[in-house]
Amino acid sequence: MSHIKVELKKEDVAKLKEICKSFNNKPGELINVLHQAQTHFGYLPAEVQEIIARELNISVAKVYGVVTFYTFFTMIPKGQHPISVCTGTACYVRGAENVVEELKRALNINVGETTPDGKFSLSCLRCVGACGLAPVVMVGEKVYGRVSPDGVADILKEYE
Amino acid sequence: MAKYKSHLLVCGGTGCRASESDAVFESLKAAIAEKGLEQEVQVIMTGCFGFCERGPIVKVLPDNTFYTQVKSSDAAEIVAEHIIKGRKVNRILYTDPKTKEHISDSKHMGFYKKQIRIALRNCGVINPENIDEYIARDGYQALGMAFEMGPQAAIDLIKKSGLRGRGGGGFPTGVKWELALQNKADQKYVVCNADEGDPGAFMDRSILEGDPHSVIEAMTINGFCIGASKGLIYIRAEYPLAIQRLKIAIGQAREYGLLGKDILGSGFDFDLELRYGAGAFVCGEETALIHSMEGDRGEPTFKPPFPAQSGYLAKPTIVNNVETFANVPVIFLKGVEWFTSIGTEKSKGTKVFALAGKINNVGLIEVPMGITLREVIYEIGGGIKNGKKFKAVQTGGPSGGCLTEKHLDTPIDYDNLIAAGSMMGSGGMIVMDEDDCMVSVAKFFLDFTVEESCGKCSPCRIGNKRLYEVLNRICEGKGTMEELDRLRNLSQVIKDTSLCGLGQTSPNPVLSTLDNFYDEYLDHVQNHKCKAGQCKALMNYVIDPEACTGCTLCARVCPVNAISGERKMPHFIDTTICIKCGACMEKCKFNAISIQ
Ligand SMILES: Cc1cc2nc3c(=O)[nH]c(=O)nc-3n(C[C@H](O)[C@H](O)[C@H](O)COP(=O)(O)O)c2cc1C
Ligand code: SF4
Repeated sequence: MSHIKVELKKEDVAKLKEICKSFNNKPGELINVLHQAQTHFGYLPAEVQEIIARELNISVAKVYGVVTFYTFFTMIPKGQHPISVCTGTACYVRGAENVVEELKRALNINVGETTPDGKFSLSCLRCVGACGLAPVVMVGEKVYGRVSPDGVADILKEYE
Repeated sequence: MAKYKSHLLVCGGTGCRASESDAVFESLKAAIAEKGLEQEVQVIMTGCFGFCERGPIVKVLPDNTFYTQVKSSDAAEIVAEHIIKGRKVNRILYTDPKTKEHISDSKHMGFYKKQIRIALRNCGVINPENIDEYIARDGYQALGMAFEMGPQAAIDLIKKSGLRGRGGGGFPTGVKWELALQNKADQKYVVCNADEGDPGAFMDRSILEGDPHSVIEAMTINGFCIGASKGLIYIRAEYPLAIQRLKIAIGQAREYGLLGKDILGSGFDFDLELRYGAGAFVCGEETALIHSMEGDRGEPTFKPPFPAQSGYLAKPTIVNNVETFANVPVIFLKGVEWFTSIGTEKSKGTKVFALAGKINNVGLIEVPMGITLREVIYEIGGGIKNGKKFKAVQTGGPSGGCLTEKHLDTPIDYDNLIAAGSMMGSGGMIVMDEDDCMVSVAKFFLDFTVEESCGKCSPCRIGNKRLYEVLNRICEGKGTMEELDRLRNLSQVIKDTSLCGLGQTSPNPVLSTLDNFYDEYLDHVQNHKCKAGQCKALMNYVIDPEACTGCTLCARVCPVNAISGERKMPHFIDTTICIKCGACMEKCKFNAISIQ
């Protein structure tokens, strides 16, 4: 499933069981469980999915099926500073694509990847609702508006 | 709200918060406190005013003064000058772009003149985190009226109002409710669809952020009408602010006995729960949404049975859009006659649009059905950015199409948009100018569809991918005439044979651009040219040696050092290194750089 092997600590396993229990171990609550698990771990590695499957008494395949269906769930750890570029239509027509290209080039990673040092990860999202500021880039929770390709370096510098 | 002399309203919508309206809010509060005016002036954070282009917005009541692009450093001056001395701070007033005059009263701004605010009536007016302010604006009165009328009469009222679903389909809301009323079951559900997946739309989010109680009240009315004691709001996890405000609102409504057992002594029980989406566009489709709420992959299923017959946990379920719900309480309060006086024959009331793209006034607008595109673009929107030429408006998002010059005077309603080859959709309205390549726009939407197709049925899963590949080849100048002809055929097959609304509408952007901009497709295929200069494979940036002054600015902005040249000598772009980002052209002061 995933090439990253994770050793879960005892307390992590306990936390996962607690999350499942707070939803009465009901299979119908799978998505809510996954949301909370991802909030806790930052991502959903195979090992986490296996425990959830066992607790909710469903197959790992079913958990994996749900995790991979929804783009919000990720099996790769995000960088310390996750960068998301809005590629909604409004940002697209105001040049978001060029900003993505420049970020890919500057970080030397593709969309959906994390830099080897774990510092930045790059993703695209659809419309954050700040179309007045298009094109929009988010680093963590911080929103940068009216970003142009040559402004990318300045943004990255803030996090060095 | 009565005891204060004035109010300072700070926009707390996502757009304005992104430009730090939080800090403005804090500074204003501090400035008021410093002058000891807390008893006379109230500073509140509201929902979206709609005029996102010039955020952060601060509005002063009672005189309706509208300050734009306010910084926290302006706070002291606003208080000292406007509040204390009664002199408006001209510097940050809205300036009419044509007359260059300051406009202080927002009612006179072109942006607001033609708008009628029904669904957005409380956005930017009340503090969404305080139920008392909603109640002061007749909140929860409609619920009391519904209790008095009884379910059938209340449904009849909604039917007579002609309200149609604002989530895209335009299905008559009252008819849907009646269907669920007639289906007998021990448990029924009311679901609010707040998935808002159209990339370029933020209407529903603004309503939930600015006026969550109107949706809660409407869902309760809906529950009473069909006999459901449980409601669910399916909201995108990517909308943290809306989620937070909803949670606060639900808590307050419970405290006031407006949710829970025996509401207002009527004997009717109703409560709400939130369910989170996880970033899948197809989950906006109602059957997929229901599967997602049940904890499964959000794959659509065949209709019938309709959710109103068998939905969540196989019980009769009403799924309505956020904006549809936001209209409901007002219809009770102001009556059918008033509501039906707005709009066109078959589309009553208003529609909220997220106006964005190459337009001067980006923002959230609510306009009566039947308004023309010309009014929206040139009066409300203030025309095209940088004085460029209008080319098209894309409505309906990835399921819609584009409207062009020839549709500028068509009244906008559900049926006219479909006749024009587009659709109302949920309300995204993206304006494009002469620099936008329509083949690329079609490709952009297909890219979205390919990514978001759930993969359950092959016409959508495979067909859209093939459409995308053809469009991609055309954009690279490798398309053939044969392929161009195949686009239309393939589109038709996908439309006719897909299982759900996503596949049935996904070829619309292709068909609509083929209909309206066939020349552009031809130009790409036959002449390997992209007039708009967007298809990178078909263009090169070149410097005109005559016009270049050797100022070196372009060489300095180029992110990949593709530009060389001596100071005061003409520069040169190495096309093998150039990534065609256009940064140099944007910066050149002498118009020496062009696309070939
Ligand atoms: C692919 C697809 C995506 C949809 N996305 C949404 C959405 O984001 N929000 C919404 O309210 N309706 C969406 N709909 C429409 C819903 O299926 C449903 O018709 C609507 O929620 C009904 O509410 P209404 O009658 O109040 O419009 C979508 C439909 C399809 C086919
Ligand atoms: S049309 Fe597309 S999204 Fe809809 S069921 Fe088929 S594959 Fe899934």
